[in-house]
Amino acid sequence: MLKDIEKLLRQDKMPHIWCPGCGNGIVMKAMLEAINSTGIDTKKTVVVSGIGCSSRATGYMNFDTLHTTHGRALAFATGVKLAKPELNVFVVTGDGDGSAIGGNHLIHAARRNIDINVVMFNNNIYGMTGGQYSPLTPHGKFATTAPYGNFDRAFNICDLVKGAGATFIGRGTVFHTKVLTEMIKGAIENKGFSFVEAVSICPISYGRRNKMGTAPQMMEWLKENSVPVKAASKLPPEKVAGKILVGELYKEEAPEFTQKYDELIARFQKGAE
Amino acid sequence: MEKLRKAQLLQGNQACAIAALEAGVRFFGGYPITPSTEIAEHMAAELPKLGGKFIQMEDEIGGMGAVLGAALTGTKAMTATSGPGFSLKQENIGFAAMTEIPCVIVNVQRMGPSTGGPTAPAQGDVMQARWGTHGDHPIIAVSPASVLEAYELTVKAINFSEKLRTPVIILLDETIGHMREKVELPAIETLELYERKRPSTPAEKYLPYETDETGIPEMADFGTGYRWHVTGLNHDETGFPTGKTDVIEKQLMRLLTKVEKYQEEITLYKTYKIEDAEYLFITFGGTVRPAMEAVEILRKEGMKIGLFQLQTIWPFPEEIVQEYCKDKKTIFVPEMNMGQIRGEIKKVVDNKEKLVGINKINGEIITPQEIVSKVKEVANKC
Repeated sequence: MLKDIEKLLRQDKMPHIWCPGCGNGIVMKAMLEAINSTGIDTKKTVVVSGIGCSSRATGYMNFDTLHTTHGRALAFATGVKLAKPELNVFVVTGDGDGSAIGGNHLIHAARRNIDINVVMFNNNIYGMTGGQYSPLTPHGKFATTAPYGNFDRAFNICDLVKGAGATFIGRGTVFHTKVLTEMIKGAIENKGFSFVEAVSICPISYGRRNKMGTAPQMMEWLKENSVPVKAASKLPPEKVAGKILVGELYKEEAPEFTQKYDELIARFQKGAE
Repeated sequence: MEKLRKAQLLQGNQACAIAALEAGVRFFGGYPITPSTEIAEHMAAELPKLGGKFIQMEDEIGGMGAVLGAALTGTKAMTATSGPGFSLKQENIGFAAMTEIPCVIVNVQRMGPSTGGPTAPAQGDVMQARWGTHGDHPIIAVSPASVLEAYELTVKAINFSEKLRTPVIILLDETIGHMREKVELPAIETLELYERKRPSTPAEKYLPYETDETGIPEMADFGTGYRWHVTGLNHDETGFPTGKTDVIEKQLMRLLTKVEKYQEEITLYKTYKIEDAEYLFITFGGTVRPAMEAVEILRKEGMKIGLFQLQTIWPFPEEIVQEYCKDKKTIFVPEMNMGQIRGEIKKVVDNKEKLVGINKINGEIITPQEIVSKVKEVANKC
């Protein structure tokens, strides 16, 4: 299993640039495991990212990879997928890249139900610029630009993409790696816009400032504060409030954008015969 | 004799869209904006008939991003916009220049700054076309003066972008974009088309930014097994980020000089009644038309005046302009901005005193009469 995954890594690009204790490597491994286990053609796989810590993952993954401008990964990915629908297209983005500067592309890609698999590495902070608050930094938490606590309210990003029209939504964490891998597999299998929130940890730029301890302690916190979706439905609401729900959050069938476009082309070609 | 199609009545924007399709553009990503929208509308109707793809993105930035994504799959891709949208696209245009992705951006100029005058003609984006995105970078820009030229220069622009792997800007102006004229387009089979060079090496040996004497790297289509990395970060010939300053400098210098290297081929211009000219107009785009009429009027009155039309604006053809300016008594530069092209001529003309701007930025075109009276005013003083 590990050997298969190593083939999907650009090992000559190691060591990676991520900080000690960063969760990004765990999310990247979950992606590679999911890709490997579904057996999709890796020659026909494109991974697109924006700017930020998580977006550097494209440099380490052995596919056609595209490290774009800040927030625009989904716009580029839309062009790749629509031009060549036979390609498997992934987007790697962070909470800042994907929900702030790239928020518009996120909701519109979801609305179109274009067959792109988005993995959002959510570490609740802008890590690469040194710890500024993002739209997914919880209210009241501290950041370099929120020295008195964050006044903003955070998005529930999975609810947001659901409202926008995504047809597969799942959440895992860097502690719940099996669930995370399963969710990414679910995303690959869904013919439509899929969104996986990968709750990650940033001990250096987020944990330290919010007194969350070391990386292992942050992992402990994830373990204690997460509830599987299925279990949550049987628990009283007060036990679920404030917890991270992990597992498949939403799934539906809906027409996929590039397929509809190809049907239109086929109609013209048929007319020409 | 040149093979021509039957005469037809076409609008500049339409001619541009027709040319793009005939030159092989099969992807358009855009966002509605006056006065460029007819290009998107034509693409939306015609691309699916040709197996191509049209997408109206959520914003201008997304339109540019989608074009670049499509271009990486090996598809000729284009977008169209106007001033405010052109501003928004600049970051991704820089990405295209840096990563050497062929693409064409049509900017049907309108009055600015800001929202300005959406349906009012202007030529105020000359400098933005050159320097709109940050950092030193190569750029090519062409500017048509008629509906026929909108067709011809669009074909050229697509060829330049494919050959040089660089973004090419078509600076239409509202006057040309919305004007309808009778045109006889060249027969499709007479078009010379160019496509980017694909790798001649197998995937294991492919270095995406390695070049030979052409200075232009070979480009693999995404999805063909080359597994290459595209990044806007400083990168070496492998395509991966590097912090080595000597490597970065070498890559950036190649990027800048690759366009200069082909300047002769990409410099397009026209001259009109120039043989005996003592006075000269230098102009471009929609302003060529009233200036040409002014030549006629002034010549009838005995003034030996000719016209030099810049079709390629960037890179600015310094040497040729310098040559044509030599020995002229006065050089008049009519433009619908406050002297953006005049500034470039000023850099190369032997005597700056003989350079006179004829400028108008109120949202109306410059009329032949206005040009004539300015010329007379200056000439009488001499």
